[in-house]
Amino acid sequence: MEVLQLLVSGLANGCVYGLIALGFVLIYKATEAVNFAQGDFMMIGAFVSLGLTNAEYMHLPFWIAAPLTISIMAVFGYLLDLFVLRHLFGQNQTAVVILTIAMGFVLRFVAGLIWGHEPQTLESPLALGDLHIGGVVLGMADVAVIVVTFLLTWFLYQFFQRTKLGLAMQAASQNQMAAYFMGIPVKRVQGLIWGLSGATAAVAGILFASKGAIDPNAGLLGIKAFAAAVIGGFGSLPGALAGGLIVGVIEPFAARYFAAGYSQIAPYALLLAVLVFRPHGLFSQVRVKKV
Amino acid sequence: MRIHFKTSYQHDIRLFPDRWTFMVYGALMVLAFALPYLLDEFYLGEVTNVLIWAIAGLGLMLLTGQTGQASLGHAAFLAIGCYANTILIEQGVPFIIAFPLAGIITGFVGLLIAIPVLRLHGIYLAIATIALSVLADDIIVLTEPWSGGVSGKFPEMISIFGFEIERWTMPGRFYYLVLVVTIICTLFYRNLLRSPLGRAFAAVRDSEVSATAMGVHIARTKGKAFGLSCMITGWAGALMGYYAGTFNNETFSLVISITLLMMIVIGGLGSIHGAFFGAIVVAFLPQALSILKDNVVGSGVAIPGLETGVFGMILILFILFEPMGIYGRWLKIRTWFELFPFARKDMFRRQKSYLKTERLR
Repeated sequence: MEVLQLLVSGLANGCVYGLIALGFVLIYKATEAVNFAQGDFMMIGAFVSLGLTNAEYMHLPFWIAAPLTISIMAVFGYLLDLFVLRHLFGQNQTAVVILTIAMGFVLRFVAGLIWGHEPQTLESPLALGDLHIGGVVLGMADVAVIVVTFLLTWFLYQFFQRTKLGLAMQAASQNQMAAYFMGIPVKRVQGLIWGLSGATAAVAGILFASKGAIDPNAGLLGIKAFAAAVIGGFGSLPGALAGGLIVGVIEPFAARYFAAGYSQIAPYALLLAVLVFRPHGLFSQVRVKKV
Repeated sequence: MRIHFKTSYQHDIRLFPDRWTFMVYGALMVLAFALPYLLDEFYLGEVTNVLIWAIAGLGLMLLTGQTGQASLGHAAFLAIGCYANTILIEQGVPFIIAFPLAGIITGFVGLLIAIPVLRLHGIYLAIATIALSVLADDIIVLTEPWSGGVSGKFPEMISIFGFEIERWTMPGRFYYLVLVVTIICTLFYRNLLRSPLGRAFAAVRDSEVSATAMGVHIARTKGKAFGLSCMITGWAGALMGYYAGTFNNETFSLVISITLLMMIVIGGLGSIHGAFFGAIVVAFLPQALSILKDNVVGSGVAIPGLETGVFGMILILFILFEPMGIYGRWLKIRTWFELFPFARKDMFRRQKSYLKTERLR
């Protein structure tokens, strides 16, 4: 029973990592860049929903605030691409990496200015009540996180595989110039993917804020989501979710069965192990160029 | 306008292209050695800080600017250098041996880590090095018997053949020590660039495929770059330990790694000058900000995250509008004056480029 309880709480945490990792993978799949600020996107999404919902701010009903948050974050992502990232179009990935790290710093600073540094909780209808299934206690928020994550991953997967826009995004990442020749408006497509990843971050933020308190440093969770994305292999959406679940499940078990100092290094040790033995993740898509 | 008329291959790789540059750097050297007589102790300490950051920057520059491998884990190597130096001295090894050895140990550890990690490239490498940086903190806590864990360590007074150096009571002597290390590291870096290995580094950075075609062994070259870069970083770490006076597991955090990387980007990737310009920004920004804040909102008001926030904004502006950093801007201004009135607006325009995937090629 204890194992089951650990597993369930690990799954719920893992889904949050998976959601952030989805954001990484979306952007990586469509632009070949990695958004190191994705964790901070999630933090901003959480704070926006908190600002719209909580009594001391706007006090809107949750079910209006949630879609509003998602649209705000989508627009935010699109505008960010339009005004900032488009300057780096076609440049080397490292520049984008450094740029997004810097953006993370700025977002954290701005969130601290607006919402303060005290941890706050979202007054969410998801946070009420627990489910008891055969001795396993499951918060309603945890259930919501798991359900929404799986639905979202399925939806995004279908979007990339089936729709014209999804295919255009994949083409734009594989070879920008060839995509131009095929008539794909590469820059606009990249803007859209940043919007989509903003929306994903908003979903992650709302769910994360329903599960517990948030503060401007919540975005540092993004580092664990990296582990998730790498384990899954950047570029695979189901892989990101699987990676997130693996990291999420390992954490409570390591905390329970390993000595104190060793438990928190478990996700990173796993990350390094995966990088050493399967450098491009479990769901690898990389092939080395022959010379 | 100067014209370099080259008559032999040696002219192409000599240390100073002409007598004028030699004089400029000579004057800089004289100024650097005269500095303790010109500045008071506080500012001398600040300049020492700049030099230490510059050494660390040179270390990372060798890897990121020269070989093109972005590392977000160099704080871990600062930590290794710092701990190795302190522990060796505690074991009774004299400073004159312990200090170089600390760098060599760091370089060796770096090389060991490089073997698996450098098979990765681009973002994978960046993420693996982030994991290293996070792990370093936990490993220091776990190896408490040697590292002192959370309570940390205090480096002992430096003694070179009985000549004592201490950061607080004799900042002048400490400054000279740091200055000498800086000069050695800079000359090492500069000479490395003139050697076949340095050229191989640049070849790997510009195109791995063409480098392989020219007979450069990619993995070995990257490993050497990582090792040498870690060695220089280790020396900077040892000096940082002395400068701080005390250090523990949190001194060399991920934030330091990120600051280092941002520092060399602001300074100008791929140039020795860049490491120094970036170090000046990193070392003086906190002071400048706190003075500015005291004047604008009054002293005593704390704005958490202000430093990193402003630093992030400066960095964003640099990447968007001056990707070559401060050194790049200086180069443009200098060229404008040298070519006057023939400088054209588009001389430094970035070439239009299109990205291809690293996955399915």
